[in-house]
Amino acid sequence: MREERSDMSEDDDGGGEEKDSWAPGLGVAGKSRGAPDPLPPPLCDQVLENVIENVLQFLSSRRDRNAASLVCRSWYRAEAQTRRELFIGNCYAVSPRRAIDRFRCVRSLVLKGKPRFADFGLVPVGWGAHFSPWASAMAAGYPWLEKICLKRMSVTDDDLSLLALSFPFFKGLTLICCDGFSTAGLAVFAEKCRHLRLLDLIEDYFEEEEYEVVDWISKFPQTTTSLETLGFDCLLSAVNFEALEALIARSPALRQLRVNHHVTVDQLRRLMVLAPQLTHLGTGSFRSPEEGEGMEHEAHLVSAFAASRSLVSLSGFREVAPQFLPAIYPVCSNITFLNFSFAEITAEELKPVIRHCHNLQNFWVLDTVRDEGLQAVAATCKDLRELRVFPLDATEDSEGFVSDVGLTAISDGCRKLQSILYFCQRMTNKAVLTMSKNCQELVVFRLCIMGRHLPDHHTGEPMDEGFGAIVMNCKKLTRLAVSGLLTDKAFGYIGKYGKSIRTLSVAFAGNSDMGLRYVLEGCPKLQKLEIRDSPFGDAALLSGIHHYYNMRFLWMSSCKLSHRGCEDVARRLPHLVVEVIRDRPEADDEAVEKLYMYRSLVGRRNDAPPFVKIL
Amino acid sequence: MEAAARYVKDGADLRDTELRLGLPGSEAPEKPAVPSTRGGKRALQEDDDMESRGKSRPLEADSAEAPAAKAQIVGWPPIRSYRRNSFPPRKAEAEAAGLYVKVSMDGAPYLRKIDLKVYKGYKELKEAMENMFDCFTQGEVSRKDGCSSGSESAITYEDKDGDLMLVGDVPWEMFISSCRRLRILKGCEVRVLRTRQYS
Repeated sequence: MREERSDMSEDDDGGGEEKDSWAPGLGVAGKSRGAPDPLPPPLCDQVLENVIENVLQFLSSRRDRNAASLVCRSWYRAEAQTRRELFIGNCYAVSPRRAIDRFRCVRSLVLKGKPRFADFGLVPVGWGAHFSPWASAMAAGYPWLEKICLKRMSVTDDDLSLLALSFPFFKGLTLICCDGFSTAGLAVFAEKCRHLRLLDLIEDYFEEEEYEVVDWISKFPQTTTSLETLGFDCLLSAVNFEALEALIARSPALRQLRVNHHVTVDQLRRLMVLAPQLTHLGTGSFRSPEEGEGMEHEAHLVSAFAASRSLVSLSGFREVAPQFLPAIYPVCSNITFLNFSFAEITAEELKPVIRHCHNLQNFWVLDTVRDEGLQAVAATCKDLRELRVFPLDATEDSEGFVSDVGLTAISDGCRKLQSILYFCQRMTNKAVLTMSKNCQELVVFRLCIMGRHLPDHHTGEPMDEGFGAIVMNCKKLTRLAVSGLLTDKAFGYIGKYGKSIRTLSVAFAGNSDMGLRYVLEGCPKLQKLEIRDSPFGDAALLSGIHHYYNMRFLWMSSCKLSHRGCEDVARRLPHLVVEVIRDRPEADDEAVEKLYMYRSLVGRRNDAPPFVKIL
Repeated sequence: MEAAARYVKDGADLRDTELRLGLPGSEAPEKPAVPSTRGGKRALQEDDDMESRGKSRPLEADSAEAPAAKAQIVGWPPIRSYRRNSFPPRKAEAEAAGLYVKVSMDGAPYLRKIDLKVYKGYKELKEAMENMFDCFTQGEVSRKDGCSSGSESAITYEDKDGDLMLVGDVPWEMFISSCRRLRILKGCEVRVLRTRQYS
């Protein structure tokens, strides 16, 4: 499960369904724009096609499949017939109709909508990414659909109802950072989807009033269920606990359970006792509403954890009462994923726990543990692959509890590190350089120095050299997020050495157009580029014309773009959809506040709201 | 879009209670309804809403509407609102601005204000409060209902739900985040309280 999540964020496969049409040369490229070939192939080709189909069934990676589909028409058809999982990285790059026409036998769909900066409030409500047209198209086209995973899509309660009613074999629904639905939709879904195995709600937005909340947990079938995964840790409202308990009791296949912060530690214990076979557990609040009754609870809790021999993943701890933390000691040496990123604990509270976690590979934590806590992590977790350090106080003038010291400690202790997300206020080039040398396996490096334009806090210099070292030394790097005081020099390094970079996030950085030019001219693998508040203008935008068809999207907000420059790009690249998003409808300035552009097989979308202008 | 309308309406109501530097009667020019962003959500707390309103106008970061700390930029640092909303902002504000609450003592002619952030725990707080009201407890005459004066007192506080609570039950951090004002009870009220505690 955790693997699934990190896949979604890193997005390793560049371009799924839509990529084929940009392939040079082959007749197949033209094919994907029109209707499928109406003439049946001759008999011997048919035999060959059957053979190919049988072989291709074993091909699962979508990159391999995309490559196979380009060989010839026969392989194209065979591949289209046998593709079971369809990944669409941008819901506006292709229409549901086209997807269904080409891939007839899809069982599982992954669909992504809004640009990532929507997570931070930069995309106004109502921008788009509506799931409804996809839902209705698939209800007609893929009656045997089993799984859907949506990220940053607007999903209505009606959509959920349609899903449950249209797909008799439906097994799994994952919603990540979605909005537009409520417990009423969940209730219909739970009730109608008789063979559901997976329902996972991850960081979705709920906007219900108290009186609108529906008891959806009670709506699951009353018989033994096939549930394997149930996750609702982002749900704002409490669920009916008795119903939840009963549901767990009749779900023998359950392996993953993530409850929300309304579930107390005593309630959690009761659930654990019913499901000792769990592998993934989201622990809810991890505190007891009654203070002072701890001792008894603690003893029972320890035995519940001791009985859960299969646990490999722990999360939750939303309001953790530190006296309950020792209860998890029995499972610490087995867990590979630990999410403490909502737990306001100190270094002293972390140390006794982390000391046992020898096999930890993924660790998410709050900066309240400070550099000292990170040093403890570095001392024990030699197998660490992914670290995320979130800030308790996410404001740019906050104190910042971790620094270059923590980063250095991690780089010294965790040599196998592949992915890091680190929020801090004080950083040095030296620490970043050290990490670049120590952690050769780095694939994802995201450093967020929260104060804008903050330099190296020892030398006062820009952070150019640090990030330069990362791109120079980490040969496997595919995703990079930069911050702090950065000049065009940093981008020069990125353009020169970042040959594998696919995703780049830039904020409050650079001096001039040259910064962006370096990147657009130097990074051939660049797929996703998101920039905010940086002084890049039209000339820089135009320098990427040769590359935009190879990218999934470009986002630029609060830069120095003008309408003229964007129109220029739109004119020269007809298959690029160039959206200008205005925050203030009355301002028809020459200046472009927000630009979002992406390649598409189907031209401009027809559901754009008034504040979006498509050039 | 309904969500957007609701969002803007909440913002309009708050303008009345907003602290400003301008003269009374002067207002910032009316802005047309802006498309709301997902950063703010339904206003759970006043603070949240203020912050959110500030957030929907990124180009006016330096306007008079900015709170005492530096004006917040929309979407920076890049943290999802799900996470932001999980940690109540009032804690952060308390860090920056000091947590001043009124302190009243029965029988004292005027109230005091103290900064809860300054104290590390209950002991320090109680000492400080005793010192503060020392001048009123010396030589106090007995109250008209005949209760003995001065010797017994209890410190209570009003929490965010408006209930009167006895100080000292909950962990210190929890206390300072929920305490809205302090009240020192004296004399027979205290006796009643103590009786209730043990009954």
